[in-house]
Amino acid sequence: MSSPASTPSRRRGKRGRGSNPPTPQDARSPPSQKRRTDDSTSTGDLQPMPTSPPADVQSSGAADALFSSPPQFRHSAIPLDFDISSPLTYGTPSSRVEGTPRSGIRGTPVRERPDLGSARKARQVDLHSDGLAEDVVATEQSLGQRLVIWGTDVNVASCKERFQRFLQRFIDPLDKEDEDIGLDLNEPRYMQRLQEINMVGEPFLNVNCDHLRSFDENLYRQLICYPQEVIPTFDMAANEIFFDRYPDSILEHQIQVRPYNALKTRNMRNLNPEDIDQLITISGMVIRSSQLIPEMQEAFFRCQVCAFTTRVEIDRGRIAEPSVCKNCNTTHSMALIHNRSMFSDKQMIKLQESPEDMPAGQTPHTVALFAHNDLVDKVQPGDRVNVTGIYRAVPIRVNPRVSSVNSVYKTHIDVIHYRKTDSKRLHCVDEETEQKRFTEERVEMLKELSKKADIYERLALALAPSIYEHEDIKKGILLQLFGGSRKDFTHTGRGNFRAEINILLCGDPGTSKSQLLQYVYNLVPRGQYTSGKGSSAVGLTAYVMKDPETRQLVLQTGALVLSDNGICCIDEFDKMNESTRSVLHEVMEQQTLSIAKAGIICQLNARASILAAANPIESQWNPKKTTIENIQLPHTLLSRFDLIFLMLDPRDEAYDRRLARHLVSLYYQSEEKMEEEYMDMAVLRDYIAYARGYVNPRLGEEASQSLIEAYVDMRKIGSGKGMVSAYPRQLESLIRLAEAHAKVRFSEKVETIDVEEAKRLHREALKQSATDPRTGIVDISILTTGMSATARKRKEELAQALRKLIQSKGKTPSLKYQQLLDDLRAQSETAITKEMFEEALRALADEDFLTVTGKTVRLL
Amino acid sequence: MPCVGDWLNSPLSIVQGIFAQNVPNSGWEKKVTEYFKEKLKENNATNWVPSLNDVPVHYLKPNSLVKFRCMVQDMFDPEFYMGVYETVDPNTNARVLHFGKYRDVAECGPQQEIDLNSSQTVTSERQTFYCVPVPGESAWVKEISFLTEPAYVSASQARVSPSTSYTPSRHKRSYEEDEDMDLHPSKQKEQHLGESCCCGSDIHGCVEPKRLETEASAGHHVISPNCSPPLDLNFPLPGEKGPACLVKVYENWESFKVNDVLEVFGILSVDPVLSIVNSEERDSSTLDPMECMDTSEEQRVHSPPASLVPRIHVILAQKLQHINPLLPACLNEEESKTCEFVSNFMSELSPVRAELLGFLTHALLGDSLAAEYLILHLISTVYARRDVLPLGKFTVNLSGCPRSSAFTEHLYRLIQHLVPASYHLRMSIESMNHSRFIPHKDYAANRLVSGLLQLASNTSLVIDETQLEQGQLDTAGVHNVTALGNLITWQKVDYDFNYHRMEFPCNINVLITSEGRSLLPSDCQVHLQPQIIPPNMEEYMSSLLTAVLPSVLNKFRIYLTLLRLLDYSISDEVTKAVEEDFVEMRKNNPESVTADDLHKMLLVARFLSLSAGQTTLSRERWLRAKQLEALRKARLQQQQSVNGNEL
Repeated sequence: MSSPASTPSRRRGKRGRGSNPPTPQDARSPPSQKRRTDDSTSTGDLQPMPTSPPADVQSSGAADALFSSPPQFRHSAIPLDFDISSPLTYGTPSSRVEGTPRSGIRGTPVRERPDLGSARKARQVDLHSDGLAEDVVATEQSLGQRLVIWGTDVNVASCKERFQRFLQRFIDPLDKEDEDIGLDLNEPRYMQRLQEINMVGEPFLNVNCDHLRSFDENLYRQLICYPQEVIPTFDMAANEIFFDRYPDSILEHQIQVRPYNALKTRNMRNLNPEDIDQLITISGMVIRSSQLIPEMQEAFFRCQVCAFTTRVEIDRGRIAEPSVCKNCNTTHSMALIHNRSMFSDKQMIKLQESPEDMPAGQTPHTVALFAHNDLVDKVQPGDRVNVTGIYRAVPIRVNPRVSSVNSVYKTHIDVIHYRKTDSKRLHCVDEETEQKRFTEERVEMLKELSKKADIYERLALALAPSIYEHEDIKKGILLQLFGGSRKDFTHTGRGNFRAEINILLCGDPGTSKSQLLQYVYNLVPRGQYTSGKGSSAVGLTAYVMKDPETRQLVLQTGALVLSDNGICCIDEFDKMNESTRSVLHEVMEQQTLSIAKAGIICQLNARASILAAANPIESQWNPKKTTIENIQLPHTLLSRFDLIFLMLDPRDEAYDRRLARHLVSLYYQSEEKMEEEYMDMAVLRDYIAYARGYVNPRLGEEASQSLIEAYVDMRKIGSGKGMVSAYPRQLESLIRLAEAHAKVRFSEKVETIDVEEAKRLHREALKQSATDPRTGIVDISILTTGMSATARKRKEELAQALRKLIQSKGKTPSLKYQQLLDDLRAQSETAITKEMFEEALRALADEDFLTVTGKTVRLL
Repeated sequence: MPCVGDWLNSPLSIVQGIFAQNVPNSGWEKKVTEYFKEKLKENNATNWVPSLNDVPVHYLKPNSLVKFRCMVQDMFDPEFYMGVYETVDPNTNARVLHFGKYRDVAECGPQQEIDLNSSQTVTSERQTFYCVPVPGESAWVKEISFLTEPAYVSASQARVSPSTSYTPSRHKRSYEEDEDMDLHPSKQKEQHLGESCCCGSDIHGCVEPKRLETEASAGHHVISPNCSPPLDLNFPLPGEKGPACLVKVYENWESFKVNDVLEVFGILSVDPVLSIVNSEERDSSTLDPMECMDTSEEQRVHSPPASLVPRIHVILAQKLQHINPLLPACLNEEESKTCEFVSNFMSELSPVRAELLGFLTHALLGDSLAAEYLILHLISTVYARRDVLPLGKFTVNLSGCPRSSAFTEHLYRLIQHLVPASYHLRMSIESMNHSRFIPHKDYAANRLVSGLLQLASNTSLVIDETQLEQGQLDTAGVHNVTALGNLITWQKVDYDFNYHRMEFPCNINVLITSEGRSLLPSDCQVHLQPQIIPPNMEEYMSSLLTAVLPSVLNKFRIYLTLLRLLDYSISDEVTKAVEEDFVEMRKNNPESVTADDLHKMLLVARFLSLSAGQTTLSRERWLRAKQLEALRKARLQQQQSVNGNEL
């Protein structure tokens, strides 16, 4: 075992060093001019550490002591044996990586950090070859005390001190993170974290690099450039503070600092050779994770002759098999004992660029990650994560027999910290992480834009510029994109109020409805596009699938859940079958999806706005019929749409002329010219994202008044003619529209102009969709009950006329059906169809006035 | 100073020369590209470079300059490599600097070792593209592009002593000419190969020419014996052959996209060491955790044996607007030569158009209207996208095709002779359910597995719906049909990345042949009205092709490619006229003319003008377009009423 292992690992020895040169620092000045130095105290401790067997013996003893020895022992030990401020106690960066589980202060063992890698050891070896005498050399500044780690400008003592100051003093009351629950933002944040560690016992301290940067720019730079030197120093500093404060604390091992959110690189595509060996943060999606790989940290050898045992640590990825037994001097007698060797966990993960970061027309890049110890199995394929780690490149040797080397390096990232970006998406409102970060200039620019008086019109114009006119529809969709404010009435028992605006477009085929839908789908970050024809209830909601490998039931989410917080575009809405449509009832008002399937019962959030398009049932819109009759959708569903627009082909010469000019221009204008005329899609997208994320308008006093008035007015119009013309749902729609309009203006308060526009738009939409074709009057009951008030009145009138007719015939027990119809027709001045007649009969039958059996009508 | 042959045969030594001269500063890389750019600019120098498209890999000299006309099928992750490295002789301690660019393996002498810790080492980045020959490339493209390289063939003959053992048998050619054009180029090729290889490479020099012939005409790759399971070379279309290549790009790789057609000039690397790497690593992978980060599948795909998938280290790469070898490669440049070519051709445009129309009319069984529309279709191209709307796509549905005879089959064969790249998709329940249309990402092997719809721009996709029977489509089938529909309507394909889908815009000319109206969407439906029904379709169609002189056929080809690249505009005056016209038409009967119809008419007018070589719309053309549309519509209505009566 040991001999084959040494062959590949010999290359790795080279590899460790090979990763040095690419750092810009090294490339600039030859290594010999730099000296790695530690504090004078630690240099003494450097040499014996790596191989000294006593340390190992001590470690096992210390581990035992951790659990068995009484606390007093440790307590009393402090003043006697240890000087807390001495780096010796915690190990220097170099000694810490040796992977020896030595006893730390008060028995808390140090745990090796494979994530920081072994590349450093090369430097240490160089150091030894240079000789210890030269080791301590003052560099740079005239200050004699400024000693730095070889190859860097990091001074351990000052670095530690500065980090401690950061931990103790950093306060940022404004910066809120989702993990900050229970933290007092006006107290030093990281001290509270340490307290948490004391209580919870998880010895990891996550440090936001952004905080560090705002606190100490230089320290941040050092961390980014020399993570493998600086992070151990941070560990030291954190442990000192921690054990100073909580001397009695029992931890599994010493605290490890995990920095995250380094601003160095956000996008995988930007990685370049200069990032090698630096701390980087990239975002991406996990696509594959390997099995757990046990990596040997320490090999256990036993002599087969005299049973003498020895331990050999991994050194630059390689185990040096002892060729001679120290005890009996037999050569090649040492055999590796697997069971007693030490291994650490390791996992290979493939990370793929997230789809948003990808330039169009290229395939996504991937990068390999190595996760160690606790980070193994923290992420699953499909997770979106932000990874902070050290970027590595190692050369590959082509063939051990030939000295030539493959000139390509293998690159990977040693993971230090994961941060899942969407783990909470399905559970709660998670605005903080959803928000796209905008640069200040961009925000400034957007705010500038929002101050323009005609911003609403401007944005509406920028929406799908290739689709001609239909301004009100575009305005409606624009408001839908912005959405209303989310209101929570859970405590009063009504749950969340819907903030999303639903829109239905119906109209003649070929009026670019699909094109509008496609545009919206392409514009919003979380949009889904489905066709009513092709989707089933299952595809829209969620389904349960059995994972073929693990035999585990997995909930797969469909289009509606996927477009949570986005827009779900459904084309050919009318072609959707009943059962699928019924799912939408819940989604469109409650904004949730309930699933009870294969033992999984749950309620998923589906706060999606729905933009649907429907074609009339007769393929051409029949102006003589109502909306309901034209599209044959149940009114229960229709009433859930805030706005219903008709996209009809207007018969108007001026319109035709403008349309023709517009279309002709499409056919010869160059692309650049077209771009100029309209607002950029990217600007529009950012504008919407910013408004959705940061603007949350509330109703103002005046606006509330005018909303009330508007609602009362709407009710009044109807009541004069004995019909209901508005329901609370309409009021809710008005509020949402007004809020959305305020968002367009980036205004925190809904004002009268917003209400005015909401009213206007609502009226326009109603005028189109709820006008009774028989009377020409806008009648909301067409949408809410599926029948216009006049139609209902007519039905009643006809029934009464029929009753009169029958009564006038005297006491005949039964009448002929056809005879009755003919009589009624003769009597009435309007044409009466068979359907109308039957309806009247049914109405009378409901009143228990008569019954219809076959072709005869019997009176009761 | 290197002589003419050197930069072709051993470009690396030239790079070495430039590198040695400029080593302290980093300007050497630029000088190398400039040197080769200059060399290739010289008269017809590009023709001297052997093409990987025509010559099998094993006949090419390793580390020589080659060219390759290909489509980017997949992009791998960027690689970091040793741009400059230092070797050290352990005995003498002598240090030498080397360059790693244009190489797969960092080489060093027998007594030397690479110093990985040297401060001189420079790490650089390069990008690997997985390239395949242009999918569906017509036989004539291969043939002509090979024949235009006589310079290379004769030069190689002149340079090295010609092989006496083999004389090309010329009589075969005339005998074959009429029979089968598809077989023709390979025969031709292999004759030349026989010559070039015998002189070009010393390894194969002794090989019996007879054997070479059989090898080449067999046409398949030489699969290395140690690679037991055949490697899927990931061609988008089934039955494709030709080398797939790993193309290493050193600069401007951001400008290339998936499905771009490139012509690359670079250094061929078939170092057998590369194959050793794989087997070595496979053996050791169990022991070394570093190496097992890639699965064996990924290994196989990303570093396949060099004999099967050669590497090209790119010195120069350019995107191609078209792959028609009859035209100058780049038409945009203000070069006098190309201008001259274009103006010459434009002057004789109308007879060519007339002849082409006649040819297609015969092909469409005497239907001149359909032929007119077919021309418009063949020169259509997506010239712009307005937010989501692609402009300039012109999908024609040729309905009323006779079902029984092999009409569609032969029609495709004719189109194949006219356009540079095409594919015939025979729709059937079987093929819809079982073919792979949409490319998808295979995460185990970390590559994009190609599908039928991964095609280069301006490929003609002929969909034959006449063979479609009633039946049940399964999930895959529905997806495939949806993908086809999306392709036609939006000119984009959503590639499947398992966790998400990604949109890739494309520009594919789709022609649908069907009996009734197609189930797929189309921009315009033309109902075929055959004037003649030939008793023997086969004979009729093939006689059509033989009747056309090769020179005329070439003119057709130039015509179709050239017109696609022309610019187009509409003057204000005509815009006004069109406006008036539209308003007038709507006034009479608003039902009959919709915005959609105007779209169609404008499209027809655009391509009609272009087909006559006019880059602006004239009033006459507009009227003609209207007339054509009216004829087409009348025919459709007539067809509908006929069908109605029958029912």
